[in-house]
This record gives sequence, C-alpha cells and structure tokens, in this order.
Amino acid sequence: MKVRIRFAKTGNMRYIGHLDVMRYFQKAIKRAGIDIAYSKGFSPHPVMSFALPLGVGVSSEGEYLDIEVNSLISSKEAVKALNEVMAEGFSVSDYVLLPDDSKKGMTLVGAADYVISFNQEAGFEIDETTLKGFKAFIDESQTIETVKTGKHGGTFMDIKPLIYRFDVEDFKVFMRLAAGSKNNLKPELVMEEAFKNQGLDFDRNMIVIHRTELLDESCTPLKDLGEIIE
Amino acid sequence: MNKLALSDKILMQIDKSARYIGNEVNAVVKDTAAVDIRFAICFPDVYEIGMSHLGIQILYDMFNKRDDVYCERVYSPWTDLDTLMRKEGIPLFALESQDPVKEFDFLGMTLQYEMSYTNCLQILDLSGIPVLASERGGEYPLVIGGGPCAYNPEPLADFFDMFYIGEGEISYDALFDLYKEHKKKGYDKESFLLEAAKIPGIYVPSLYEVSYNDDGTIKSHTPKFTGVPATIRKQIVEDFSNAPYPTKPVIPYIKATQDRMVLEILRGCIRGCRFCQAGMIYRPLREKSLDVLKKQAYELLKYTGHEEISLSSLSSSDYTCLKDLVYFLIEEFKDKGVNISLPSLRVDNFSLDVMGKVQDVKKSSLTFAPEAGTQRLRDVINKGLTQEDIIGGATESFKGGWSKVKLYFMLGLPTETEEDMKGIPILANEIAKAYYDTVPKDQRKGKCQITISTSFFVPKPFTPFQWAVMYSPEEYLRRAHIVNDTMKEQLNRKSLRYNWHEADLTVLEGILARGDRKVGQAIYNAYKKGCMFDSWSETFDYEKWCEAFEEAGIDMDFYTTRTRTEDEIFPWDFIDIGVTKKFLLNEWKKGLAEEVTPNCREKCSGCGANIFAGGVCRES
Repeated sequence: MKVRIRFAKTGNMRYIGHLDVMRYFQKAIKRAGIDIAYSKGFSPHPVMSFALPLGVGVSSEGEYLDIEVNSLISSKEAVKALNEVMAEGFSVSDYVLLPDDSKKGMTLVGAADYVISFNQEAGFEIDETTLKGFKAFIDESQTIETVKTGKHGGTFMDIKPLIYRFDVEDFKVFMRLAAGSKNNLKPELVMEEAFKNQGLDFDRNMIVIHRTELLDESCTPLKDLGEIIE
Repeated sequence: MNKLALSDKILMQIDKSARYIGNEVNAVVKDTAAVDIRFAICFPDVYEIGMSHLGIQILYDMFNKRDDVYCERVYSPWTDLDTLMRKEGIPLFALESQDPVKEFDFLGMTLQYEMSYTNCLQILDLSGIPVLASERGGEYPLVIGGGPCAYNPEPLADFFDMFYIGEGEISYDALFDLYKEHKKKGYDKESFLLEAAKIPGIYVPSLYEVSYNDDGTIKSHTPKFTGVPATIRKQIVEDFSNAPYPTKPVIPYIKATQDRMVLEILRGCIRGCRFCQAGMIYRPLREKSLDVLKKQAYELLKYTGHEEISLSSLSSSDYTCLKDLVYFLIEEFKDKGVNISLPSLRVDNFSLDVMGKVQDVKKSSLTFAPEAGTQRLRDVINKGLTQEDIIGGATESFKGGWSKVKLYFMLGLPTETEEDMKGIPILANEIAKAYYDTVPKDQRKGKCQITISTSFFVPKPFTPFQWAVMYSPEEYLRRAHIVNDTMKEQLNRKSLRYNWHEADLTVLEGILARGDRKVGQAIYNAYKKGCMFDSWSETFDYEKWCEAFEEAGIDMDFYTTRTRTEDEIFPWDFIDIGVTKKFLLNEWKKGLAEEVTPNCREKCSGCGANIFAGGVCRES
C-alpha cells in the first residue's frame, strides 16, 4: 500500500542537505514503528521516495515523501507517532493513503509555492516601491530571458511562462513556479532578475526562501491526491 | 528556534554546515542555569569521525544522567570554518547550547591517536583558552585528557591540567563531586588539582618533577608534594555487564564514518600479540552477558532506527556466546530491515556460515590479518595464526563463493629480515593459488582479488615491543619496495594488489607515542606553523614537523632509531596498568627468541592484570 507523508523542515534544520533528510526519515520511520516495506536482497532498504529535493538553506512546510507500507494505521495515529520521534524543526502534517495505481510524488510534481522574505538579519531592507517594481516587471514582461548555466555552458531560457503567480504583500513575495523533472525554476533566479530590473545588486544572502507547498500539474497540492485514513 | 553560534552567511559558505548546528536526535538539552557543572567533551577531529566514537557516547550519556552535570559535544572545525573563525574572531562553541567552550567548567578531550595532538591545541586556541596549562588561571575550564594515548600523557603534559588513566566509567563521579565541593567553599585551581590528584586514575602532570640523565633518558619522575601518588593505577570496569551503556546514542544528520548501532560485546583481549597496545592496556578481557546484549540491541533499534547493527570488540570470536548472539541478531533483526555487520571474526565454518547469511558473498571480501609474512616472524609477534589457518580459511571461503580477500601486514617489526618481507607476497600468491585450485574454471567469474596492505610498525608504550627500534622513512619505503618487487615475480601476480602506508607519518607517530615531556615543545611549534589534521593526507606536512623538532632542539632519532636498554625508565612507567614491566620485558625476550606465549584462556601467563577483580582472570 502506498502512503504519502507531508512534512515541514524549518528553523536550523534548513541546513540539513537532501541526502541527510532522506537518511533522517529512514531512521525516524523505523523509530515511529511505521510498518514500512523493505526491498529484497542482502541490504534491504525501506521503499521510499521524495517528491522534490529542497536546497540547503531553504525551509519548507510542504515537503513530501511517498512510502510503501505492509499495514495501515489511521492518519491521526501515524502523524502522532512520527511527530513523537522528530527532532525540533521537523514535523509531519499529513499521512494519506494513495490509490494503488498512483504515480510517485516525484513524477507528479509540477509546481511549487514559495514565500520570499528579505534578510533583515544581514542588514538588508526592502521598500514598497521596489516591491511594486518587482511585481510590475514580472506582470508586464512578455519574456524574461535568463542565462541558465549547466554542464554544457550557458543556455538562454525564457522563464516568464514558468512563473504561474507573483504577488507582493506585507514586504514579502509570494510565487508559484514550475517545479519538477520537466521544468524546474528556482525562486532565487526569479528574484535575481527582479533585482536586476530594478537596478539593484543581488546576493543570495539578501533573501530568505520558504517553500509552502508542492502541487501537481493541475495545481492540486500533492496531499489532496490521497485520502485520510480513519 | 534555537540560537546558533554561526551566522547564516557563514553556514551557507562552509562545507557540511550540519556539522556545527547540533539538534540531532537523542542529543541532550538541559537548562544551563539549573546545573552545577558544564562539561565540554571533545573528539579533536572532524565531526563525522568524532561522532563514530563509542567512548564519547558512553561518557556523554553517563555524565548527562547526573542532574547536576550538563555535558555537551565539541569537534574540530574543518579547515574552512577554522579560517573563518580566526578571521572573524568567533570563539569555539559546544554543539548543544552553542555557547563558547571558554565558559565551561571542564573541557575533556579524548586522545585516540597521536596524530590528533595538534588538533587538541587547535581546540584550545579557537576556544580562546591559553594553550599552556601553566598560563591558565581558575577562570578557564579545567582541561582533561583521556583515552588510549593518555597511557603516555607526557608529550601533552604542558597543555593539559589533568589526565584520566583508564576507562572513564569509574572515577568521574568522584571528580565532579570534588569540584562541586571546591566551588562551594571558594574555588582555587591549585588546591583543587592537589586534591584531584588523589582520586584514583587522575594524573596531574604539573605536580610531578621529571629529571633526566646526561644521555637524555629519564632519571626520575617524582611527585612534588606529599600525598600526591607516585604511581597512577589505571581504572577499569570490573562488572562489565552492568556498566552504563548508551542505548539512546546521538544520531548525526550527516553520514558518520560509523553510521550504525554498536553492541560492545567485550573489552580487552586474551591474545597477547606483542605489538598490540589495546591487547595490554585493556586487560583483563571482560565479557558482557548475552541477556544484557539482547536487551540493549532491542533498545538501540527502538531509539535509533539505524539500518545496521555491528559488534564492537578486539576479537569477536573470543566472545563465548558468539553463536547464540549472532543467530539471535539474524532471527530478530533481519526482517526488520537491519543489516548485520560482523567485524573481527576469525574465519572458520561458523563465521563463513553466518557471513553467507548476512552479506552478499559476490560483493564482500574476507579479511585476514596475518601481520607478518613468515611463520618465524608471526611467532616473534605472538600472532597465533598459522599458514594452514590462513590457506584453510581462504579455501573454505572460496568454496562458499567469495573471491575477494584482504590481507593486512606490518613492515618494520623487530627481527624482520628480507625473507619475512618477501614472505608477504609469497603468502598472498599461495592464497590466489588456493582459489584457482579450489574453484573450477567454469564457476569462476574472472580472477580472484587478493589485496595486500602493509602499515609500518610503530612501537607503543605498555607493549612487549616498547623496547623496539624504529627506522628512517627511507628504510621503511625500501622494505615496501621489496614487497612490491617480489609481488611482481609471483605466478598469480595479476590477482594481487598492494598498498602501503605513508612512512613519514609513521616516524612522527612513533615519536609522539614514546615521547617524553620535551616533545611537547615540538608539538606546540608544529601547531604554530599551521600543522593540524595531521592524520589527513591533504593537510599533513612533514617538512613543518621536522622544522618544529629542529627549532625545539630535539633530535628525532632519539625517539625512533635509538636502542633502549632493558633498565631504561620510560616516560610512562609511573602508570600501573596491572600488566607488569617485568612481564613485558620477559615477553620482549621471548619474542626475540621466537617463542610463543599461550592465550589467557589456554594458560595464565601471570601478566599481573589479575589485580583487577573480574574478567578472564576470574573465569575458572
């Protein structure tokens, strides 16, 4: 049976890298007594997969992993059991049963929601006018050309069609961006273009990125593709 | 959100920032205002290495069980962070509270290998604590060293206030109680140290005077004050089954070198290999009861969720209930997604059977440690492993499907001749031959792989070989080349691989291992020249070390190639490990005469370790 877990990774735990988060959950699921299924062979591994890696330094309240289990307990019990063994900064919000023919989260993910705030700790402040400038730039540009540096040098890419939503409110930026294996747009890239457009120098340290949700291609949150277990 | 000692900016620019943020599962959090003693326990190497060490986990758990003590962990910041901390003036901090180490009552460092000594100075320096003990007043933490290298603490005498000789489970309660008492009546470092020196196992180097003969050897090592004991007896756990053991160890986020649950099944060893320090200082052998181990295994799984369980011992095959334990682990844990790892097992029918059950024979390799290439030299070192054992064991393993064998040897052992060196690849060739004789052609999947590794022998304190001479780096490499050249002459040379260790590092390790107080100046010089992480090949700088010795006016050969007489007073002779110097000397002479000594279970050799109540000495 397939189960999807939604969790948050916040505070100091944002410095834990993706591979370490995977190892952390392997152990945590075992400590919580979840009846996870193992692969066969001499080195059995729990059957689990994460929807979309989160970069070091980024926090999130909408991360997902899919696991296979041999038996079911209620969603409420599972969330409680997992939260009892979490370290501070990690917490589980949902535990839902997926249809047997459901695809993995990593195949389904099509978009991600982000909140960007500005790093006052590093002495960086932003004003209302600049924020409005950001919004106007994103909304009014027909195309936004960026240079994407990859293994084979830089390629030009238009990121405008990958920005699904861009709003500013309360000195924060709210974005919905294309995410997943087909098209994946990093929020820092969007911010860099917005800064440049406003004639400002951009440094990754100026912004604080927080992911709030992962969604499929029709923009349904991944957790809503499963059912709560009573 | 808990505070961090490092800013986001720093954490985002260094490698593996998870090393420095704490908050791991099972890490202990206490109210710092509600405790009397704050203890920073340190493994002076990088986090992944330090977090793999069982001893620290045992003491961390034990200290934190006391309500009045808060013990927190400290590791060496890697060179990237080290540079930033110096540049920005950030003091070294403990992981749990992220508070500066300088504010603690104690800083305890484990001394696991000699090449970590400069890292001890890094820890002090980054903490903003004067490196020399004589320059530290009562406002600084008391610096205490422990672990196997504390059995010759003299090279570090200038930097530490105290050393703890033996197993940590025994005397720390007395030390903490004494410290609290002194705090209550008005703390004064000197009077505290004078009292601490009377606690069994505690050595306060500043309370002893060392005098030297004209030839540079030690004339005497005597207490400066009455009441300070002339000899320090090591402390060991006598009732091993009931000793404290952490079943809720701290689980790192980043992958530690040893990322698994560990069951410590026995301490000490009956074998008496003459080169082996652990085999002498941890005597007598003590076993943990099977029932206790089963209970600890269940608890470890529940509290850690680890994917692998391993056994810790010097020689697992000597554990009397090994079969019961291993079959229990396979039955209980295999279906729970837990791999079972079985290190330091002698190869026999039983071990091949269980290893066939727990690992993939096609991928895994079998390891033998003959240590020497000929039977003659194996008798000198008292390694009770014969050519027949090795070939027989290898043949059985080939029948079981294995085709990879790893062989460990030492070069530079006492009495070693060219024949002994050549014996190494010759033995490896015989093993390869056994493979081709045993496995029919149609069942082979390519060649067998026999990997030979040699390290260079380093004489250690409290071993029969503490009288042995060492050689120059050139001479060590000459010996490695003889092995390599002989290997190329073997019929099955295409199935053999050979790796050898660094010779420069060996020489330094030898100096620090058998060094006296004078060596401390060279360690300090080396640190000031930038030496750190000397056990890492990318940071080790032999030239700087040579300059450091020269500037301290120390002849390195005095500690390496010089012949030590039978009656020489060694820097570590004031420590009583139970095993007597007389026994060690007799073993040295027997070794040179190529005579073997039976193991503790075959026949007691009267080494002296029976002054401790418990273990193999009291088995019958």
